[in-house]
Amino acid sequence: MSKNKILTFVQKYTMIIALVLVTLFFTWRTEGKILMPQNITNIISQNAYVFVLATGMLCCILTGGNIDLSVGSVVCFVGTIGAVLMHKELNMWLAVLVMLAVGLAIGAWQAFWIAYVKVPPFITTLAGMLIFRGLSNVVLQGKTMAVTNEKFVQIFGGGANCYVPDFFHGENLNILCLIVGILACLVYLFFAVRNNAVRKKAGLEADSIVKVAVKAVIIVAVAMFFTIRLAQYKGLPMALIWVVAVVLIYSYITSKTTVGRYLYAIGGNETATKLSGINTKSIYFFAYANMGLLAGLAGILTIARLTSAQPTYGQNYEMDAIGSCFIGGASAYGGVGTVPGVIIGALLMGVINIGMSIMGVDANYQKVVKGLVLLAAVIFDVVSKKKNS
Amino acid sequence: MADNILEMRGITKEFPGVKALDDVNFVVKRGSIHALVGENGAGKSTLMNILSGLYPYGSYSGDIVYEGEVCKFSKIKDSENKGIVIIHQELALVPYMSIGENMFLGNEQGKKFAIDWDKTHAEATKYLKIVGLTESSKTLIKDIGVGKQQMVEIAKALAKNARLMILDEPTSSLNEADSQALLDLLLEFKKQGMTSIIISHKINEVSYVADDITIIRDGKTIETLTKGVDDLSEDRIIRGMVGRELEDRFPKRHGVEIGDIALEVKNWNVYHPIYTEKKIIDDVSFNVRKGEVVGFSGLMGAGRTELAMSIFGRSYGTEISGTIEIHGKEVKLHSPRQAIEAGLAYVTEDRKGNGLILSNPISVNTTLANLKGVTKRGVIDRDKELAVAEEYRVKLHTKTPSVLQNVGNLSGGNQQKVLLAKWMYADPDILILDEPTRGIDVGAKYEIYCIINDLVAEGKSVIMISSELPEVLGMCDRIYVLNEGRIVGEFEQQEASQEKIMARILSTDSAAKEKKQ
Repeated sequence: MSKNKILTFVQKYTMIIALVLVTLFFTWRTEGKILMPQNITNIISQNAYVFVLATGMLCCILTGGNIDLSVGSVVCFVGTIGAVLMHKELNMWLAVLVMLAVGLAIGAWQAFWIAYVKVPPFITTLAGMLIFRGLSNVVLQGKTMAVTNEKFVQIFGGGANCYVPDFFHGENLNILCLIVGILACLVYLFFAVRNNAVRKKAGLEADSIVKVAVKAVIIVAVAMFFTIRLAQYKGLPMALIWVVAVVLIYSYITSKTTVGRYLYAIGGNETATKLSGINTKSIYFFAYANMGLLAGLAGILTIARLTSAQPTYGQNYEMDAIGSCFIGGASAYGGVGTVPGVIIGALLMGVINIGMSIMGVDANYQKVVKGLVLLAAVIFDVVSKKKNS
Repeated sequence: MADNILEMRGITKEFPGVKALDDVNFVVKRGSIHALVGENGAGKSTLMNILSGLYPYGSYSGDIVYEGEVCKFSKIKDSENKGIVIIHQELALVPYMSIGENMFLGNEQGKKFAIDWDKTHAEATKYLKIVGLTESSKTLIKDIGVGKQQMVEIAKALAKNARLMILDEPTSSLNEADSQALLDLLLEFKKQGMTSIIISHKINEVSYVADDITIIRDGKTIETLTKGVDDLSEDRIIRGMVGRELEDRFPKRHGVEIGDIALEVKNWNVYHPIYTEKKIIDDVSFNVRKGEVVGFSGLMGAGRTELAMSIFGRSYGTEISGTIEIHGKEVKLHSPRQAIEAGLAYVTEDRKGNGLILSNPISVNTTLANLKGVTKRGVIDRDKELAVAEEYRVKLHTKTPSVLQNVGNLSGGNQQKVLLAKWMYADPDILILDEPTRGIDVGAKYEIYCIINDLVAEGKSVIMISSELPEVLGMCDRIYVLNEGRIVGEFEQQEASQEKIMARILSTDSAAKEKKQ
């Protein structure tokens, strides 16, 4: 491999390499504790809300580096509404529906001002951050409200028994988890081979068989390693199901649909997009309304995991989401970034969090480290862009 | 020997792939007004940017001798310290600051950590009086007109102790009365010993104020004409500016039949989007036929781009009035989407700013204006998209390793082809091409001309806006001349010539001026 090739390889997979190095570092420092089944489960369950919010945040950032500061407060407010409704013994699914609707309505409210009245997103969502934090406090009157609906808690990944039940009743291994893992790998292999074949047939640039094979072997190996780890503990966390669903849906939307394409186009060059006959306002509206919806889902996951609603929940969630996006390669100027990239970014933050917690690093130092990682990622983005131009 | 304040000797400046200036010599006499004229892209602004230090010493070759000493400016501040002040074409004033604050921006009065506002406004008032403004120095810039803003720029230059003032197209955004006032002010300064260099397209203004005129063409100094020695008539200057040989640079069109009227615009009026009292397009009517290439010629700022964009779904301007008929039927176009659906395409002059998404691949750019074509129920068929992009890559001979290449990595000519491909894929009947060959090399230009010929051969209509007169003459069946927002002439290809078009622009310029006086 020439020097140039290595450089482009490193540039393309920077964050994955960083994730691997960070994981190895913590494996060494914690004597392997970080890769213990329970900790792997924790990385997923603890960060479920980050994955969901970061996916929505990516859509906003793509439109031109615009962020949504209100998501933490919206998570709290939606959670509050849900807790109150379930306290009044409303049907659980009805409550979930109301929570999502409230999230979407808040999103649409903010999106309207941003898209059609051209209020800067930063200000609109800063206002939202204050409004919905305040309203949560008003509704809860500053108190904690417990969420006692066990079915709700379990389905959305909270409590002690928040795993998909193993229908096969494996003894030491969760067989359902294994089967799902193997199926996922097979589906991946199928698409990897098919896509490459299709591209080759169309006479387009296609990877060599060796490259496809090496990539497949690595991905399957890593996936199976984590599948087995999860199977050794209690199986598939429910939170993982929700996260995977969101990630798959939004990967599809951003890469395969016109709406997704327009998100990138606006961030890349808004005037060109407008002159191409695209209604840019409706795209802004989509990005922020959608953010509200996902904040609603994150609210559901949050109160399930913490089995209560409190006026302080969701604080700094917006920063976790924004940070994950930028660490995951989204450009601070918009138009660049992918859902898988953002998930890697969120994972990196999650691993650093849990690794330092296991090592017993003071929580304040953890913040310092996370801040430095975020800064480094954005510096990297800016500098590499400057070099290219 | 005459007393020269400035001598630029053997200046050569290269940009990647282009020699912008080639051994340019430029001498300015003390206390004179020296005009620098030439076509767009001839190298006038580049030369002034070298003089002001924007392009630092070392990035060009040759010497700048100012006040008898060789100067090596590495930044604008260096040249300003010597009294060389440049006033750029686009006004560089902050709208929400007062006149006084603007005037001393970067040159604050008082101490570094304690600005003396009383002194600032006292000084500002002094300089405002010199340029003949009666406004308070505390008036905000946004509250005064463009003409007065230009005067503030000059006052700002004076406040920097300017001894050599460079004005880049100072009157391009001014009306006749304001332009006249500005030129008279320059003559007044000359009496007091100030030296000025003025860059202008308006030949009548140049021959009115200038003592010497240097003509630049294609990066070379052609000649310097001196008042009282040489003939300074407008015809003489124009001949110097456009006098290049017309070679056979344009592919011939064979057997293209010109049909019925495809697009007819009547009584079109457009006002400036911010300065809403300023009329940008004034009662313009024109038409284009099927299979016809129609040119729009005119100076920079004549309103050609504004005309095109206002027609294309009201993408520019306010209070637009007039009618558009496409194939004989009146249409109302309120958004680019409606314009595209009516069969119009506007290929922008600013391909990087308004046309392409540089950070995205060719394939994405090609389908952007017609994503429907590769989409089923909101889902993009990536394979089909790539096939479409590939088809146009082959058709237009775009040079690229693959259609997955980011557009930002392509050369100007290939970017232009991608932009054309994008609009061709939208399948319009009428294409408005705004400066389709700006900033691309001769070979690529020829290929773009061939594409235009293919388009009209397919029965489409092309409107070509271009500042390059030879191109307009070589390519267009019919030419409209636009000046200051009005159509001032219409020529068939056979009867048109560079001199005739230029003369038409100038005669309307001076006619307007005489009417005012």
